[in-house]
Amino acid sequence: MKNVKTLNRSASLIKRAVGAGCGECQASCQSACKTSCTVANQKCARLTKKTDK
Amino acid sequence: MTSCVHTFKCCGQRVALDVPSGAVHVLSEIAYEILQRIAPPLEPECPTSLRYQLAKYESSDVAEAYGELYALYKEGLLFSEDQEYKMPPTGVVKSMCLHVSHDCNMRCRYCFAGAGGYTRDRKLMSLEVGKKALDFLFEKSGNIHNLEVDMFGGEPLLNFDVVRELVAYGRARERELGKKIAFTITTNGALLDDETIDFINAEFSNVVLSIDGRKEVNDRMRTFVDGSGTYDAILPKFKKLVERRGERDWYVRGTFTRENLDFASDVIALADAGFDQISVEPVVLDESDPLAIRSEDLPRIFKEYERLAREMIRRYREGRPFNFFHFMVDLDDGPCVYKRCKGCGSGSEYVAVTPDGDIFPCHQFVEFMPMKMGNVLDGTFDKDLQKKFAEHGIMTNPVCRECWAKYFCGGGCAANNYKYNGAVNTPYEITCELERKRVECALAIKAAIAQYEEQNSK
Repeated sequence: MKNVKTLNRSASLIKRAVGAGCGECQASCQSACKTSCTVANQKCARLTKKTDK
Repeated sequence: MTSCVHTFKCCGQRVALDVPSGAVHVLSEIAYEILQRIAPPLEPECPTSLRYQLAKYESSDVAEAYGELYALYKEGLLFSEDQEYKMPPTGVVKSMCLHVSHDCNMRCRYCFAGAGGYTRDRKLMSLEVGKKALDFLFEKSGNIHNLEVDMFGGEPLLNFDVVRELVAYGRARERELGKKIAFTITTNGALLDDETIDFINAEFSNVVLSIDGRKEVNDRMRTFVDGSGTYDAILPKFKKLVERRGERDWYVRGTFTRENLDFASDVIALADAGFDQISVEPVVLDESDPLAIRSEDLPRIFKEYERLAREMIRRYREGRPFNFFHFMVDLDDGPCVYKRCKGCGSGSEYVAVTPDGDIFPCHQFVEFMPMKMGNVLDGTFDKDLQKKFAEHGIMTNPVCRECWAKYFCGGGCAANNYKYNGAVNTPYEITCELERKRVECALAIKAAIAQYEEQNSK
């Protein structure tokens, strides 16, 4: 497209809701913050595991 | 639920975020202008009124840009419908902040832990309490395999023997129970030596190293008990730890206050000192404290975040990138939507345990005795309070539900909400404003990098 570049065409939070929510991921405040919010910088434990293999 | 598209300009980029789907679009000037003027449902044909409103552009160019936006709309990547996500509380605890030391060998001026004591007597955790805390975690973790324990304080290395014993105990029990503990530690670095560095690097999956950035800023805030600066003492130790750490996670982490609203210079100073995993965060203090961030500081802080984002883009192009924790975002994968809805999990999946064995919703609630949830020694645990905390999240919060940044933020910090607004579910607006700006910067960085990579690939 000339006027719009989509950075994450394959990603959809809605589609990724199916079968998600296993609870195996890190508690966000344990990573490097301890004083403020942010979840989007966390990793999905299931996807990380797949990548590690 | 409604649809929502957030459009903004940052670091020279025009960006649209389709909130429900998470799709991020980088826009031409015309597409940006069009998005300011349209709302769903969209018609296949470019509206005549739009051509009139944007008469400064060629009519065919407006129609072409509209057509591209319409295609994304049909694809479910623009003006998509938001969903109702409900995840029943599981009742498990999987993550623990273990306060092995309510004492500290530093006297940082902004410390929310009150020089380690959290408004109470200074004390180290006994091995017995620590083991009971780990037992509590194993017992409450249900079917969850991956557990986390952060050795926290005060300064945890003041109680290093107990830390080492607890790691050994945790390792033995995880084998027995078929689970895995990811140990992490947050340290001010003063007591790091070869032995502690090697132990941390062998056993801890993440380590957070506290340092504020520029030497003069660090030494004004982070002092030893005698008031002398800590920078020269800790920097070489942090460098040694990082050099020996290999591929395992680590961050240098600082705090900025009203006294260094030019904190981008502190992040850059840490990068220039050789650290490429950096977190520098706004101070958490009562609004009456002279160091606290005030609402009138926000415009300055926004500019500073943007200055930092521009510098990160520049360094990426120069082949010397670094990570800033609050600008990190994985647009393709990242956490699932349920994680995004429930946030940090404090008080439900995540708790803190003090040297007395008292259980609190998280490390920042420890100063508030009314929020005590139980004790690992007597086996008490307030499941009703746990359930209330489990309900905290963006779907149950009317303010969060309407916020475009909700799936990035996760509903904010319950402790900050409680501290400033007296209720865990009432967002503290200053932190919301900061988070929204950080998300804009993070997406702008992604846009700029994508543009750079595309140009490079041609």
